[in-house]
Amino acid sequence: MLRVSLREISAALKEGRVSPTELCQRCLSFIKATKFLNAYITIAEDTALKQAEESEERYRRGQILGDLDGIPVAVKDNFNTAGIETTCASNMLKGYIPPYSATVVQKLLDQGAVLLGKTNLDEFAMGSGSTDGIFGPVRNPWSYSRQYREKSVQNSHIENEDSNWLVTGGSSGGSAAAVSSFTCFAALGSDTGGSTRNPAAHCGVVGLKPTYGLISRHGLIPLVNSMDVPGILTRCVDDAAIVLGVLAGHDPKDSTTVQDPFKPFELTSFIDASKLCIGIPKEYHAPGLSSETLALWSKAADLFENAGAKVIEVSLPHTRYSIVCYHVLCTAEVASNMARFDGLEYGHRSSMDKSTEVMYAATRREGFNDVVRGRILSGNYFLLKQNYETYFIKAQKVRRLIANDFVNVFRNGIDVLLTPTTLSDTIPYVEFIKEDNRTRSAQDDIFTQAANMAGLPAITVPTALSEKGLPIGLQFIGRAFQEQQLLTVAKWFENQVKFPMIQLQGMMDHGHTICHHQKSAFFS
Amino acid sequence: MAASILRRSLLIPRCRAGDVAALHSGPSRRRAQAPEPIASGRRAGNCPAGERGVAPWVAVVGLEIHAQISSNSKLFSGSQVQFAAPPNSLVSFFDASLPGTLPALNRRCVEAAVMTGLALNCSINKKSLFDRKHYFYADLPAGYQITQQRLPVAVNGSLSYSLCVGGKKNQMVTRTVRIKQIQLEQDSGKSLHDDIRSQTLIDLNRAGVGLMEVVMEPDMSSGEEAAAAVRELQLILQTLGSSQAIMAEGQLRVDANVSVHHPGEAYGVRTEVKNINSARFLARAIDYEIQRQIKELENGGTVMNETRAFDYKLGCTIPMRDKEGKQDYRFMPEPNLPPLILYDTKSLPANTNHQQVVNIDWIRERLPDLPSVRRVKLVEQYGILPEHSFTLLNEDGLMEFFENVVRQTQMNPKKVIGWILNDMLGYLKQYNLKVKESPVSSLFLADLLNLLERGTISSSAANQVLEELWKGEGKTPLQIVKEKKLGLIQDQQELEQICQAVMEGHQEEVMEIKKGNQKVLNKLIGLVQRTTRGRADPVLVKQILEKRLSQ
Repeated sequence: MLRVSLREISAALKEGRVSPTELCQRCLSFIKATKFLNAYITIAEDTALKQAEESEERYRRGQILGDLDGIPVAVKDNFNTAGIETTCASNMLKGYIPPYSATVVQKLLDQGAVLLGKTNLDEFAMGSGSTDGIFGPVRNPWSYSRQYREKSVQNSHIENEDSNWLVTGGSSGGSAAAVSSFTCFAALGSDTGGSTRNPAAHCGVVGLKPTYGLISRHGLIPLVNSMDVPGILTRCVDDAAIVLGVLAGHDPKDSTTVQDPFKPFELTSFIDASKLCIGIPKEYHAPGLSSETLALWSKAADLFENAGAKVIEVSLPHTRYSIVCYHVLCTAEVASNMARFDGLEYGHRSSMDKSTEVMYAATRREGFNDVVRGRILSGNYFLLKQNYETYFIKAQKVRRLIANDFVNVFRNGIDVLLTPTTLSDTIPYVEFIKEDNRTRSAQDDIFTQAANMAGLPAITVPTALSEKGLPIGLQFIGRAFQEQQLLTVAKWFENQVKFPMIQLQGMMDHGHTICHHQKSAFFS
Repeated sequence: MAASILRRSLLIPRCRAGDVAALHSGPSRRRAQAPEPIASGRRAGNCPAGERGVAPWVAVVGLEIHAQISSNSKLFSGSQVQFAAPPNSLVSFFDASLPGTLPALNRRCVEAAVMTGLALNCSINKKSLFDRKHYFYADLPAGYQITQQRLPVAVNGSLSYSLCVGGKKNQMVTRTVRIKQIQLEQDSGKSLHDDIRSQTLIDLNRAGVGLMEVVMEPDMSSGEEAAAAVRELQLILQTLGSSQAIMAEGQLRVDANVSVHHPGEAYGVRTEVKNINSARFLARAIDYEIQRQIKELENGGTVMNETRAFDYKLGCTIPMRDKEGKQDYRFMPEPNLPPLILYDTKSLPANTNHQQVVNIDWIRERLPDLPSVRRVKLVEQYGILPEHSFTLLNEDGLMEFFENVVRQTQMNPKKVIGWILNDMLGYLKQYNLKVKESPVSSLFLADLLNLLERGTISSSAANQVLEELWKGEGKTPLQIVKEKKLGLIQDQQELEQICQAVMEGHQEEVMEIKKGNQKVLNKLIGLVQRTTRGRADPVLVKQILEKRLSQ
């Protein structure tokens, strides 16, 4: 039952085939059974059960709040949740219980969703592996899938089963793992440079980064305010559309949200592909792109072409400056945003209290990890008066050029861009940590962060399994505020590729079988 | 709820000694100030010539003024704004910079800034931007202040102000100072130092309150000019209602940039004088600093580019150990606030929600009369002297009081103004009261002046009645006149008797007059008045005496 989609479980709830409490309990016990994945930092068992009971009462009275009523969800631990610890996987906020909920969290709760817990991440969402938080790395559920295991045995270069587990990608790795391992039906991530789409791709789930300004950031503990967008992780595109419909819309508490009212939509299954124009940005043939992913990308293009769509190679000439530009802008905003963590009003405070300055310094040294401190340092360097023009202003100009690249492409009739989401499938943790966080982030965000620079909506759709039996996702980037078009294309694609479901039956001693016939995969 | 979060962590270790002084000044920003030559002969000679007889010194004074915006809620949050509320009782999650909170601009604050900009003849920028200015301070919870560094809401204005000059200070001149810009920004919280426990207590009630920083170009040359300019600004803000501008409550905070040089030479190195928190000390602080710099330079020393605090007890400026000065504020655009777009009637898009936009023309049309206009009107309408119009406006509520009295009395306004400025104001000063606290209402004063005007009482009796009225017992002037028998004695027979008695008692004087010395008549009149305690109708008395003396 847990492996069905949000839409299906919602129907089951409405038809009384399952009760919210039962569903919540099953999820909670499944979370416990998969604890070794380290997907959750906090399990909000008591409040979740209470919310489920309330939902059950609403179902009993026939007064449900919406499609999400009674549906277990998880939220990345950088969204404020009133009364529930919110840590950002940092010592700085360990034990911090916020007095208010992020707008997106509140919207979920207002729809009757059941909040199971807070998911793991890189400290303050700074990373692309979900490996650099104080609660330890998140393990990719696919590490334990039949698909991967079978291939691994064939390849037989695995000595120790447990040392070979895979990273989820990040920084929303906890949310991706939670959706992928069926412990919840939808999860919130955040996406600044690809933090939702990257782990979604590596964990074989759908990851949507909506247009900047469509969803409120109020209550999302910021990484880069001008690029952060709450992300949605679900099992399928339809589910992402449902959650988007709940979250989108103007929030007076976030002045950067657009005023125009958002109308929730349902996706059609059929599209007239002949009216569709798909752009293939040539600059995304980046060094390091695996031949498998490249081949898959190319097959996907053919798929659209064969369906009658126009598939055109396009150019986004400033793409190659994107990573370095992102680095400057990201660290500058990080330096600024992190200034509030001084140990005075909330969070960690050092016991060194010789003077205010000493306390500040010690608090921040004890509270932040090396990655965070490193970004603060470089960000402050870029913002110094003598460097501001050279770095920050220049990076802003480049950002504008990158955004204009997209404007030009869309102006020339392209509806949606098709790109890889990641360079390759995911890798084992032991491999991943051979490079530092900065190098990894630069590599892993390469296809994703341009959409953040330009504020455009983008979605990764799980497409096929690699030779190693691991998911590979492809990304669609749409026009600003054209989520409906983007998701319609994504859903059509999803239906074509028939991505196989993860087979986790060996993973837990759980009663019900997860076993499911592998759907006939479009791609081998 | 925020308060309870804060309470736990209110106590922080004490800042080092040097920081303490810096705390009271609130946020302010140093900016490069390009010296601009001012062609003005009057500046030379304002300062005494050097002792060695070289060219006289010229002082240059520029001001940065922080005016707290009068609004119900803060610049970016819904917390109330209120002076002297219990500590940390007006703190929203945003004000305490809780992670994930975002600023939402208060429309009222924008309107106040636009209003002030228009009143100061500024160009209003239809697009302005917000920036973050970073520095670590215990009462700046976010680690940065949101301000308008790149593109402020208003620029290029001017302010005319008047002051008395000349040896007897009896000549009024009007001068103009250019307004460089007006920017919107957040106020900081307050630090209170507990020396006994070596701790600093933080009160965030003020944190995030809207400020207008008004930057005046260095067009002034003395403390007196600066004080007059600030006073005029204060009156304008109060007239607009954009700020209550009460210096004692910190709603108007002035920093002065001061330098001296010889005419024709480049500007000298400037110092910034902070901590000037009363109008009274503003002129003193600046003049002290001018003299200090001159003395320093004449003694072969140099003026350092530093921040100095005015110590009002010692009456001098002292250097502040100023880390802020050397600090790099790492300005950055505020990413959570879109550009502030203002409209005029022409650019206002159709179908706009008027709650969502600020229309400059709409505000311009509703500007009240500014003090300068009111003064001209007062002079024209009532025929009073220009300096009287200044006094009327300088005292809060006095103009309204005056106009109310004029409206309710037959007395000529030119005579009324004397009663207002000499008698009423004298009493107010004596009892240290504001006009609205006066126990004598405009109606009572008008009644009193009417009694005088109708000849019911003499002017000396009127003074006695006013003295009674100030006791605030609620009696009307007429009641007092009756009770105290202060009414003019107009009974012919009674006056005849009194005059007769006086003449009989002063035969010598009577003889003098009869000899032809008419001047002595006044003495007799005075004696009659003394007998009647000023209640005798002087005209009648004179008639009676003349008649009797000629008999």
